[in-house]
Amino acid sequence: MSNLIEVRGLTKSYQKARGMFSRQTIMALSEVSFSLEAGQTLAIVGETGSGKSTLAKLLVGIEQPDKGDILMAGQPLNCADYQKTNHLIRYIFQDAARSLDPNQKISNILHDVLRYSTVLSFEQREHKIANTLKLLGLLNEHGNYYPHMFSGGQLQRVALARALILDPKILILDEALTALDPSLRAQIVNLLLELQQKTGLAYLLITNQLRLVRHIADQTLVLHKGVALDYGETSSVFENPQHEYTRKLIKSIEY
Amino acid sequence: MQLLDIRNLTLELSTPDGMIRAVDRVNLTLKEGEVRGLVGESGSGKSLIAKAIMGVLHERWKISADRFNWRGRDLLRLPYHEQRRIISRDIAMIYQEPSRSMDPTSPIGEQLAESIPDDLLEGAWWQRGSQRKKRVIALLHKVGIRDHATVLSSYPYQLSEGVCQKIMIAMAIAKNPKLLIADEPTTAMESTTQAQLFRLLASFNQLKGTSILLISHELETVARNTDTLSVLYCGQLVEAGDTATLLKHPLHPYTHALIKSVPEFQPELGFKQQLYALHGSIPTLQHLPIGCRLGPRCPNARKECVKTPIYERQQNHYFSCHFPLSGKTNE
Repeated sequence: MSNLIEVRGLTKSYQKARGMFSRQTIMALSEVSFSLEAGQTLAIVGETGSGKSTLAKLLVGIEQPDKGDILMAGQPLNCADYQKTNHLIRYIFQDAARSLDPNQKISNILHDVLRYSTVLSFEQREHKIANTLKLLGLLNEHGNYYPHMFSGGQLQRVALARALILDPKILILDEALTALDPSLRAQIVNLLLELQQKTGLAYLLITNQLRLVRHIADQTLVLHKGVALDYGETSSVFENPQHEYTRKLIKSIEY
Repeated sequence: MQLLDIRNLTLELSTPDGMIRAVDRVNLTLKEGEVRGLVGESGSGKSLIAKAIMGVLHERWKISADRFNWRGRDLLRLPYHEQRRIISRDIAMIYQEPSRSMDPTSPIGEQLAESIPDDLLEGAWWQRGSQRKKRVIALLHKVGIRDHATVLSSYPYQLSEGVCQKIMIAMAIAKNPKLLIADEPTTAMESTTQAQLFRLLASFNQLKGTSILLISHELETVARNTDTLSVLYCGQLVEAGDTATLLKHPLHPYTHALIKSVPEFQPELGFKQQLYALHGSIPTLQHLPIGCRLGPRCPNARKECVKTPIYERQQNHYFSCHFPLSGKTNE
């Protein structure tokens, strides 16, 4: 099976002023490569400052890479062309409550997404919104609600609806499951697994929670200070880690 | 001897819509040297209970309890100054989000020195200053910070969350408390730092006999680090008992659901299989169901559940459910 997305030698550094004249270069990511197939989940694991979020930002085009290619189905991807990449890669933020506009109804938020990225007419958009809400287990009436009227788990569903309404191929979950309560987390994990089976969506799961990674991720990539350490099938990474840092990380959930 | 013995603790808040009962008749006991976990989802009243024990709840909250004993003395019936004196001597708390609960305007060294009570220092008054300094450095070494000179002169914003958390612990143990309350100490920490922190807490428990009340919403971390466990749901205590027995034979449907929703406790669960989850979501405090608050989400709810169940016990295992599960989890 061909790769849905392939990342080759992605590098990103930041400049930081140090004193009046000198500058310090911080390598956020150096030479990271991976690939992801449809219907698969890749987990990116690492501590704060390991470059996880930088990687996600590069993929959705918030930042531009210094070097390296992002290939989408063999074609180089111009991440800054939002109207195009929106249909391929979507991003979910950590806190659903804070990533939705409190002044807008849910249907307005979803209309905006469609108006920006598609050429659908009003009726077609309405139809699409109704379908997406249904897919995520929400009711049509929920479209008339404001974000504060939802509970935590439902808000995460709304955030998912906003991401999935453009039928993306890849969904990036940046710590989206961390802040949820256990019973809600189980619900959302179930929903994600179900969606993956139904539509062949690929997930890029950025997280700290190794236990969850073990359950839902097909492949795992361990990042440490911008360098990719272990990369491979989740089971082989967990059973047979190659690097000292990975070993320490895995031991910390078992001790 | 029971260190802390709370019976039927109720916390109420009067709002324009009437009284809201955020914590409903919760029992909590702690023996000396015990490590107890308090598990519940957000809004279940874990932090409120911790604050009630510390006596730092806002005065709008109405606290009532049949018994609120700290080493045999009822704290709620003591005069205010007496109550403060006992609490500040014996109980310490590690708050959520350490970097935000410290004073941003003064360096760590000053803040730490402030938290050491005078009666722990010996010698004449002119020796106090240097003794205090020595003690501060010793405290930092105890919590695993070797580079004390830089840390002491830094401000909270200059340090990482993990180091701030360690300093919070150093502040808490400065007065050798009998009880240490840790409120979600590991949220926003990496798993390697988390492991370190739990080892640190365990060593205090073993060396000094400090009792620890560990508050968290993650069952798996709590289960690994505690002797006994209390499970809260929406301000009601649903189950309490030994951690091991509780995990093996939960009697309340909520505990059962919590355990089943963690993949780690389900070794035979296949890769990418659906997790067990209760339907619905946690009710808000304004719209609490009557009777057992799990009622609308409970898989075995019946007519009787509109009445609040009373606590029953099987040996050391307390639960409050009309229809307890008697089977095992792994069946």
